[in-house]
Amino acid sequence: MVDLVVVGGGPAGLAAALKAWEGGLRDILILERDKELGGILNQCIHNGFGLHRFGEQLTGPEYAGRYVEMLKDTGVKVQLDTMVLEVTLDKKVHCVSKAEGYQIIEAKSIVLGMGCRERTRGAIGTPGTRPAGVYTAGAAQRYVNMEGYMVGKRVLILGSGDIGLIMARRMTLEGAKVLACVEVMPYSGGLTRNIVQCLNDFDIPLYLSHTIVDIQGKDRVEKAIVAEIGPDRKPIPGTEMEFDVDTILLSVGLIPENELTKQAGIQMDPHTKGAYVYENMETSLPGVFACGNVVHVHDLVDFVSGESELAGAAAAKYIMDGPVPEGRVLTLETGADVGYTVPQYIRLEGVEKSVNVSFRVRRILHESKIVVKSGDTVLAQYKREHMAPGEMERIALPRVLLEKAPIDTLSVSVEEV
Amino acid sequence: MYDIAIIGCGVIGAATAYSLSRYEGKVVILEAENDVANCTTKANSAILHAGYDPEPGTRMARLNVEGVAMAKEICRKLDVPYNQCGSLVLALAPDEVPHLQHLYENGVANGVPGIQLLSAEQAKAMEPNLADTVAGALYAPSAAIVSPWEFALAMAEVAVRNGVELRRSCPVTAIEKTEDGYILATPTGEVKAKYVINAAGISAEAVHAMVGKPNFHIQPTRGEYYLLDKGEGTRVGKVIFQCPNELGKGVLVAPTVHGNLIVGPNAERVQGNDTACTADGLAFVSATARRSVPSINFGESIRNFAGVRANVDRDDFIIEETIPGFIDLAGMKSPGLSSAPAVAEEAVKILASHNALGTKKTDYKDGRKHIWFKHLSADEKKKLVAENPAYGRVICRCETITEGEILAALHSEIPATTIDGVKRRAGSGMGRCQGGFCGPRVLELISRELGIDPLDVLQDKAGTNVLVSETKQGGNNNG
Repeated sequence: MVDLVVVGGGPAGLAAALKAWEGGLRDILILERDKELGGILNQCIHNGFGLHRFGEQLTGPEYAGRYVEMLKDTGVKVQLDTMVLEVTLDKKVHCVSKAEGYQIIEAKSIVLGMGCRERTRGAIGTPGTRPAGVYTAGAAQRYVNMEGYMVGKRVLILGSGDIGLIMARRMTLEGAKVLACVEVMPYSGGLTRNIVQCLNDFDIPLYLSHTIVDIQGKDRVEKAIVAEIGPDRKPIPGTEMEFDVDTILLSVGLIPENELTKQAGIQMDPHTKGAYVYENMETSLPGVFACGNVVHVHDLVDFVSGESELAGAAAAKYIMDGPVPEGRVLTLETGADVGYTVPQYIRLEGVEKSVNVSFRVRRILHESKIVVKSGDTVLAQYKREHMAPGEMERIALPRVLLEKAPIDTLSVSVEEV
Repeated sequence: MYDIAIIGCGVIGAATAYSLSRYEGKVVILEAENDVANCTTKANSAILHAGYDPEPGTRMARLNVEGVAMAKEICRKLDVPYNQCGSLVLALAPDEVPHLQHLYENGVANGVPGIQLLSAEQAKAMEPNLADTVAGALYAPSAAIVSPWEFALAMAEVAVRNGVELRRSCPVTAIEKTEDGYILATPTGEVKAKYVINAAGISAEAVHAMVGKPNFHIQPTRGEYYLLDKGEGTRVGKVIFQCPNELGKGVLVAPTVHGNLIVGPNAERVQGNDTACTADGLAFVSATARRSVPSINFGESIRNFAGVRANVDRDDFIIEETIPGFIDLAGMKSPGLSSAPAVAEEAVKILASHNALGTKKTDYKDGRKHIWFKHLSADEKKKLVAENPAYGRVICRCETITEGEILAALHSEIPATTIDGVKRRAGSGMGRCQGGFCGPRVLELISRELGIDPLDVLQDKAGTNVLVSETKQGGNNNG
């Protein structure tokens, strides 16, 4: 019997394990499917990580390295090259590895930190042939940064997610010609700083409200036909542009990787595609916590770390002090132009001073405000100059404020002022 | 000199090779692609039809019903994913009900076991997600779903084990009739054989034209599909057809043996092996499928693909020897997959009439085992990993495919040499991330096990190289 099993040794699992150790747990095991800790950070060799957490710019491997170093001073156990196959309702973790064989580990608490995966061509239904040369941006990133191979010479990026933007720059620096980045929405899906540093600085055009309507080529990609998308979300005839490319990189969204979560019978939020979580990142299964991109997709690893520390501390508390005491539970609802919230439930007894609520807006808003209401009562308002779907919003709700909620439902909405 | 040369190793060529491998005759298969089952056989609805569609009295009717029964037995023996889930043909308006009656009578005449006409209520009780417009259905319990490429591959593997020679990447470019047989020209040299089986699929007419004027015309007909993630895999439990029309059996919705949901196809005449998907085609497929099962969530799509079937200007399969010693197995449109083992036996009969088979082998080694780690019990998994630790390393996360399974594919009787070849054998890359995660790892294993430079590793067919060059730092990037 292990006090805490952490599924995944990426940024989420590392921060959760470390915090649980600091919280007093001494029997912690991280199960990592790759050969080393760090998760996807290991292939993110660009900088920009750690500004919030460490106050300096780090590369992905450096950021992961900081946590791996901190972990070395603890007694947290790590098992690499180990794939978790199943998590059961009674917290048995089935996993397999070459070194240890097939194991069934009984856990008193579990932190789920499996991260997310990329959406593929099949998810967006891009018509055309199916030649080699169409990759998700993350797969290409792995080949280029970890394996040392180029996946193409003339590149079109479909989607303006952050990995796609980063890869536009990376492929350019490696000598490839990136002809354009096309984004189906009228706004970018990535961070503004990445648009500036990865596209504008290299004169790579960004076509908003455009998409690929045909991929041509028998063996390798030969051409991509791009067209403008009208308000009806259909291509506008006559706007087609031809790009002679041998490679198309897709950066069309990330999906939390929750097969284990679903299989365990944990309740899922269709909006985040992650588990429903309480204020301390506990899921519907008591003693099982989730954090990082497996709960909702983050823009910055710094915030993954923060959220995961919350989960790690909560796991330690769960083992040492027992479950959160019963009491009032508030349900968060999404109001106007808000896509989701995390957490979705707040137990007042689980909130010490305040609780952070993260969410994404559904459209671009200027000069606007975030409104938190309970019934007709406005509990709080926060001003924002600019909000965009590509940038996660966070607000802190003090416990004293939550206690004033007249009903057990809170709604978070945004509106322009 | 071979006794028999089979041109094409799709499901028809593979089934024929499997049948012929029981005899002492020397057999060679010449496959134009770099892998078996890499054209029509890999891209179709993956259905073994019960056999009520063909008109009674046709060769197609007989071979469909015989073939589907044989396929069941072969799948059992060769450990091919197969599930006799049954099928429903829906009448989606009262005026379609008479058509069901017609199909029912066909089925009875064709000897299809157990078929029944159902009321709308009975159909909905069987499949709760059917549309409310359903006015009746024809139920056929003998219809099944199968892994079509593994079906072909398994038969080809056993054939190879028993002495049949398989040459991949070996297109026949010319055929010359000689006194005692044929000389087939290929890029790697001439192949001489006494008898030739033309199982070249959509190229069968072109192959026939190498020896004589074809008496049939193949019209490649493309069908486009959606493959949906496993969350949608239980949307229906049976194969759901609509009433067939002049273009074919129409758009179906079915579970797959791998746990996904398959939706398609449309039917569009194309030139050659044109397997591009089109926006219009996919829109037609999804809209038409929703008429049967309105709740399909196409947001769970993980792949679109298209396959080309060998439609022909005749109503029946072409199994004939119009040129002495040259046997066409052509026009294998649907239900070609279902009929394949029976078609093969027809070829055997023709060859037997020429005394071309040789005697039956006494040391025939039949049977095959495919280890799917994920389908084992916890105890079996434990035992397997203890015996062979390679099964303890999961390479494909989405489908839980281990290194052990991939090594088995790379060292099988017809070894995989490409990433998609591994996919067809082991199942890696078939899941929701479509190889985004495991692709680089499979590439590495192919390179390591087969001694191929990573730059030369192919996704699928010749020319589909995944990587184009080293980076400036090459493999040194990672320290």
